Amino acid sequence: MSAREAILSRIRQSLDATGDDGARRAAVGRRLSEAPRGVIPARGQLDAKARTALFCEQAEKIQATVQRVKSPDAVPKAVAGYLRSKNLPATIRMGADERLASMPWSALKSLEVRSGPSDGDDEAGLSHATAGVAETGTLVLTSGTANPTTINFLPEHHIVVIDAADIAGDLESALAAVRVDRNGATMPRTVNLISGPSRSGDIEQKLLLGAHGPRALHIIVVGG
Amino acid sequence: MQVTSPAFKQNARGALADVQLQKALGNVRAGFIDKRRKAMDALPEFDRLRDEAKAIKDHALASLDLYLEAYETKVKASGGHVHWAATAEDARGIILDICRAVGARTVTKGKSMITEEIELNDFLEGNGIRPVETDLGEYIIQLRGEHPSHIIAPAVHLNKEQVEEDFRRVHDHLPVARDLSEPESLLAEARRVLRAQYFEADVGITGANFLVAETGTSMIVTNEGNGDLTQVLPRVHVVVASIEKIVPTLNDAAQILRVLARSATGQDMSVYTTLSTGPRQEGDPDGPEEYHVVLLDNGRSSMLGTEFQDMLRCIRCGACMNHCPVYHTVGGHAYGWVYPGPMGAVLTPSLIGVDKSGHLPNASTFCGRCEAVCPMRIPLPRMMRHWREREFERGLNPATQRWGLGFWAFFARRPSLYRLGASIGIPLLSLFGRRKGSFGTLPLAGGWTKHRDLPSPQGRTFLQQWRDRDTLRQEART
Repeated sequence: MSAREAILSRIRQSLDATGDDGARRAAVGRRLSEAPRGVIPARGQLDAKARTALFCEQAEKIQATVQRVKSPDAVPKAVAGYLRSKNLPATIRMGADERLASMPWSALKSLEVRSGPSDGDDEAGLSHATAGVAETGTLVLTSGTANPTTINFLPEHHIVVIDAADIAGDLESALAAVRVDRNGATMPRTVNLISGPSRSGDIEQKLLLGAHGPRALHIIVVGG
Repeated sequence: MQVTSPAFKQNARGALADVQLQKALGNVRAGFIDKRRKAMDALPEFDRLRDEAKAIKDHALASLDLYLEAYETKVKASGGHVHWAATAEDARGIILDICRAVGARTVTKGKSMITEEIELNDFLEGNGIRPVETDLGEYIIQLRGEHPSHIIAPAVHLNKEQVEEDFRRVHDHLPVARDLSEPESLLAEARRVLRAQYFEADVGITGANFLVAETGTSMIVTNEGNGDLTQVLPRVHVVVASIEKIVPTLNDAAQILRVLARSATGQDMSVYTTLSTGPRQEGDPDGPEEYHVVLLDNGRSSMLGTEFQDMLRCIRCGACMNHCPVYHTVGGHAYGWVYPGPMGAVLTPSLIGVDKSGHLPNASTFCGRCEAVCPMRIPLPRMMRHWREREFERGLNPATQRWGLGFWAFFARRPSLYRLGASIGIPLLSLFGRRKGSFGTLPLAGGWTKHRDLPSPQGRTFLQQWRDRDTLRQEART
């Protein structure tokens, strides 16, 4: 008997059940297809304007910085301004995201845009979020050529653009946005739910920012 | 690791006398409790979410076999591999084979209690593969050759001076004159040193907080980002997870996430919650080329259907130990195996046998705080009581203790004799102890009075006072 069969049969023995038990199978099938949403906190169930405001407030509470701009066209300037304010070189790493690509980067002559995944030598990276969660100020980022995962973790400063229309009230709604059919798979390889910059409290429980991931997380909210 | 649970009493004595440890344990008492309370108070739905989280796990456990099958199908569909390991030894062998197949020399590791349970690091080293722990706390204790003393804060037993000493000893290529006096500089140094390791590693190993049957996704929850660099940079990502980590759907995971971080560190969400499904997909510019999940049983399937099944709901938040007066006093290492605190006192006997770990379920005052704070509503004291009963049934306690319990039980089962004994004994104790108010020593109870005084009774027995209270109440009513 394979290890797989041995484990499964021991589980069935302990549960006093059989594998072809129709009622259990039906209950499992139902749960998987219906995916009930359980208890949704009232906190994030707001109209669009209040939801965006809550998202910004919650993100700031967990040490992210938030900047709001009116349109995508204002993003390159906001990025350049952030880099200047942190005394960082005028260089930004980003993936092939179409929303980012259509922004007027060439208008900023002094800003160097590096494309592709990060190799660890970038001071600042830029991503576009797939969704946001107002409830907790959480960003949802998905892997792929558009927004390579390495950009989320290797640069010291991570700048994330999010469209206010993509901010959901609760985590369940935001997760619904990532269950997309991409290359035949139901999920992207990596989904990162990011709530604030990296931190550790492992030495004497003293909370410090910038453990292994970015020291700073700057969120640019477009519209709303 | 060597199991020292049988020597719990000696371990505890050592811990009490350890000045450094006692200082460090102050951080547990001071930090975790307030943070959890604040996070909980800010979410009115918290208790309903606990009920929901419990119901999800109960449901998943009742059909664990079917959910594991559904999960496996999805992992395979996304291009990943699933390996089944009945024992720790099987799991180690599977992981070694995966590492050897890609000629791995260095393996980075995200924080994982399961890899502690299967003693993976020693095994890999013994086979010529260098494991590098990347969680700051885990890294520190790896340098010291220690094991975690807390399931979410592995180095909570240490002070910064001890960490500085280790960094100076191990990072001997760095300038001697550098300042390492503050946690900030220690963290910065660990970050620099470990950065290089992530790129060097051939295989990255992480645990899992959840395995999602709906999508074949493994999820980890971290604050540092080390678990992410561990899985995104090397060629191979190996997830080691025990079978009870299964939840049916992403929505179910979302429900439990809401109670996990709040119970653990008082955060609404941990900084990084990462969902991993299969290897990198066509066109992806980064991510691992291979994705393996090792499903570990190691005794868990035998807990199903027993009075210990509820323990399989545990999500390893650490709230039980953060609130435990015994853990606060002796720390995690005294428990003598991988899992400390109240959850360890229940899980350890299940996994390594109550004959080796009988002291652990006895190391409790049954104050009930662990159960009160458990986000998954696990009846920890009740299960410790079950272990005490099993220990007694199997004749594992010392003869004097068994004799004493038998003696007490004889009277407890005969109320009139008990009352008679008490009505003679209590006034006697009261008479002898009245002047001092307490006893420093007592015949037959030297072990107890060695460390504390027994307050002397105030003249009347509990039952007598209880009767008076009832009489007073009745009078008040009429």
